[in-house]
Amino acid sequence: MDNILSILIFFPAFAGVLGFIVDKDSARAYGISVASIEFLLAIWLWMSFDGSNGSMQFVEMLPLVPNFGISYYLGVDGISLFIVVMATLMTLLGMIGMSIEKDIKNMIISLLFLEMTMVGVFLALDAVIFYLFWELSLVPMLYIIGAWGGPKRVYASIKFFLYTFTGSLIMLVGMLFLAYLYHDVTGTWSFAITDWYALVLPVGTQMWLFMAFFFGFAIKVPMFPFHTWLPYAHGQAPTIGSVILAAVLLKMGTYGFVRFSLPILPDASVAMITPIAILSLIMVVYTAMIAYAQKDMKQVIAYSSVSHMGIIMLGVFAMNSEGISGSIFLMLSHGVVSGALFMLVGVIYDRRHTKMMSEFGGLASIMPKYAVIFGIMLMASVGLPLTIGFVGEFLVLLGFYNISPIMTIIAGSTIILGAVYMLSLYKKTFFGEVTNNENKGLKDLNSREMYSLVPLVLIVVWLGVYPKPILEPIDNSVKNLVSFMDKKAQTQEAKDIIVSPKKEEGK
Amino acid sequence: MLEPISVSLESLNMATLAPMLIAICGALIILVIDLFKDGLHKSLYVMLTLLVLLIDLGATLGLGVNQRGFFDLILIDGISIISQALILIASILFIPLALTSKRFHEYSYPEYFALFLFMIAGYQFMVSTDNLILIFVGLETASLALYTLIAMHNRSNSYEAAVKYFTMGALAAGFFVMGSAMVYAATGSLELYKIAEVMQSRMDEAGVMVLLISSGIMLLIAFAFKMSLFPFHTWGPDAYEGASAPLAGYMSIVPKVAAMVVAMRIFGLYIDIGIEEIRTAILVLSVLTMTLANMMALVQGDVKRMLAYSSISHAGFVMAAIALDTTKANSGIFLYYMLFLFTNLGAFSMLWISRHKNNKFHNRFDHPYEKFAGLIKVMPIGAVVMALFMLSLAGVPPFSIFWGKIYIMSSAVDAGYVWLAIVMGLNSAISAYYYLKLIVYMFLKEPADNDGTIYYNLNKPLMTIIGIAVFVTVTSILYIQPLLEYITYMVSASGY
Repeated sequence: MDNILSILIFFPAFAGVLGFIVDKDSARAYGISVASIEFLLAIWLWMSFDGSNGSMQFVEMLPLVPNFGISYYLGVDGISLFIVVMATLMTLLGMIGMSIEKDIKNMIISLLFLEMTMVGVFLALDAVIFYLFWELSLVPMLYIIGAWGGPKRVYASIKFFLYTFTGSLIMLVGMLFLAYLYHDVTGTWSFAITDWYALVLPVGTQMWLFMAFFFGFAIKVPMFPFHTWLPYAHGQAPTIGSVILAAVLLKMGTYGFVRFSLPILPDASVAMITPIAILSLIMVVYTAMIAYAQKDMKQVIAYSSVSHMGIIMLGVFAMNSEGISGSIFLMLSHGVVSGALFMLVGVIYDRRHTKMMSEFGGLASIMPKYAVIFGIMLMASVGLPLTIGFVGEFLVLLGFYNISPIMTIIAGSTIILGAVYMLSLYKKTFFGEVTNNENKGLKDLNSREMYSLVPLVLIVVWLGVYPKPILEPIDNSVKNLVSFMDKKAQTQEAKDIIVSPKKEEGK
Repeated sequence: MLEPISVSLESLNMATLAPMLIAICGALIILVIDLFKDGLHKSLYVMLTLLVLLIDLGATLGLGVNQRGFFDLILIDGISIISQALILIASILFIPLALTSKRFHEYSYPEYFALFLFMIAGYQFMVSTDNLILIFVGLETASLALYTLIAMHNRSNSYEAAVKYFTMGALAAGFFVMGSAMVYAATGSLELYKIAEVMQSRMDEAGVMVLLISSGIMLLIAFAFKMSLFPFHTWGPDAYEGASAPLAGYMSIVPKVAAMVVAMRIFGLYIDIGIEEIRTAILVLSVLTMTLANMMALVQGDVKRMLAYSSISHAGFVMAAIALDTTKANSGIFLYYMLFLFTNLGAFSMLWISRHKNNKFHNRFDHPYEKFAGLIKVMPIGAVVMALFMLSLAGVPPFSIFWGKIYIMSSAVDAGYVWLAIVMGLNSAISAYYYLKLIVYMFLKEPADNDGTIYYNLNKPLMTIIGIAVFVTVTSILYIQPLLEYITYMVSASGY
């Protein structure tokens, strides 16, 4: 199947349209079946993907507006492959674990449309198609937060939409400017990212473009001063919304940095390492401290999620293959772990309709299975060795050590800070006496919740022990990317900092 | 003794006049039918008008590019053909909206349809000439007919709207005549191509320059009134509110397209000969218009007024392209309006189907936001359709207006106005808020108690029109290429 990427993108949307006909009571089963098929397709893509080849595979190209250089251009490499697999997996498991009864059909249809946009963003190689899916992903998410969220859901959903929309419009200007520069040099219009890779731009221009793209991506990540929309969105979103938001939508931002900023603007990226690293560090330490101060379990997870995104940003800007591969691996593990943590908070919220830590205590004796799974996910989130969280975090820190040992040490401190707030959360909720009588009758995980959580536990352990099958294809693509950047960089500073794999071998 | 004037019929090139003549003859036929038998149902007149418009469209599209006729008064170039086509397509979509299930005052008069056709003829004259007097005649014919059409809705605020529009229109006409007179004083001609030649040769005379710049300002003010640019926009929202919803949608497109074409001809000429003041003035006006109209739209309590301000903001957005004066920007204008036409008319039609006699939700507004609360539960398809129009207006891809926006923004970047593109982007972001507000009301709020007022006026013809609008809005990605190619060809063929 050469057009498997198109099928991957449009199958959920098509199924979503047909979903309008499916009866309300069967909508959930329909959604799960469609998401499973989509996940199997993604697995198929992985199986037929040639992991030793670091370049784009399964490329599809169809000119849409040739006069203006817009084409329907898709492709997958090691960087995007696993994010797509993770996105389909989290959608499937999120749907299985979902406890929503109200308007379930609308929810399933929104999720399927959302899945189309998520897969589309990661597979698009044309900037306009990328932008199209990027913007379109806001609409179902707006509806999911706004229709099923908490009391301030409308405010949270609009804040989410406007924040991201503003940033991405500035990014759009950047894209148009790049296309114009490309037209200026070659005489033809093109929005293909791979064509833009060939552009060698003056450093000054690169800086401006970098800023334009930075606004779009940084708001999505979300980077430090732009992060304020996220806790709101998480706080008000239903469980499924938080799961998808944390697991997949945030990754669009970091993925954007890897796909656009680094290879198109290598010199500007190198020049911006220090400011971005500082912002990331503030994000890491500051949000970890805020997380510690929270009383609401979901807010703790939300802020910890922002904190970990900071490590991912550091890895992206390490400019060597360890750092970038590590941060892509961390994107996957962050998706799995924070998705699982949000599901776990959802489990307790469904039972008690509160997320306040003070309401709980001693849950370990009442809900042992729940406590075990929560414990494993917590360890993974903290980055304990032999869990999925450790691999990425270690590689990122290793990679960034080349840039600045001091910053790396500060970033390493988050592992301690992370342990502080996560363990205190665990202590307050699970250990001690059962003080609140309402908690005594709580039921342990039911089979539906087990089905959605156990696969994630298995993944956390499996990839923590043996990450090679995933790390290798990622690394191959990242090595391609880094040596390309090295070749393209013009300033001496950039050439020194970007450590291409070949240079390393020559040493 | 006067010398006999002999003009051969061939030299008149009557084919160039055919589209307008078709519209005028159609209008006369409608009047004659009414003379013979009155009390005929409106559906007859709607269908007749529709047929006349279709023939008119056929004649327009059949015209060859770049010909002159009728003592050189008529100029049929590429932009004249596409703008006539735009006007006619908008009219073809507009006129079946008269086929409501409920009775409305204006449609019981055949004169309504005759006036409508006269108005179209006026706009067609306006866009297919480069003679300042004929532009004026076309503009006034069309405007006077339009004032009457608004007033025929027969409510007190329709009269208010018509009178306001008329007064402001008269003022604008004064400015236009004044500006034209100054141009004539400076150059001794009223034909734009001759004016350009004379201007070029007298650029170094200070007196002439002063005259030219002030004439440019006068003309700009006249068109700012017509296109409701800030600060000459104040009549706009009231006129839109008073007019019936489809007519308001129509007013946001057709008069503006016509004015845009004339502005392109006149100000393109000023910019071409290097009067940068005019370019700056247009840029300032357009940036102010899109920003301030956006701000005003944020605080509106009525969907129709919100759409009115949003239309003004869109006009500002497009007006900026005139200042750029490149082929790409000029093609962008037509692309934008071609896409905007379907979406905006669709949005106003959605208001039209919910038009009802008594204002239940608000004592002043017909369409307050509260009326659409929980529409997804009351009328799911209606809510989805309206949401699609709103997303398209906000510029969310892949819906149609996104392509217009991206094209105009791109032409701003190409022309070296990156800041303009950023302003446009930020304005789109601001505008997203008020479009979202309606979506939030429709999807996220509980339905208000309504006894069928939301689809009071709904019937098959209206559904067909809305269906066409939705189809065009959603499938834009498939036809952008041929459309863009046609428009770019037409625009560059006429040298803009």
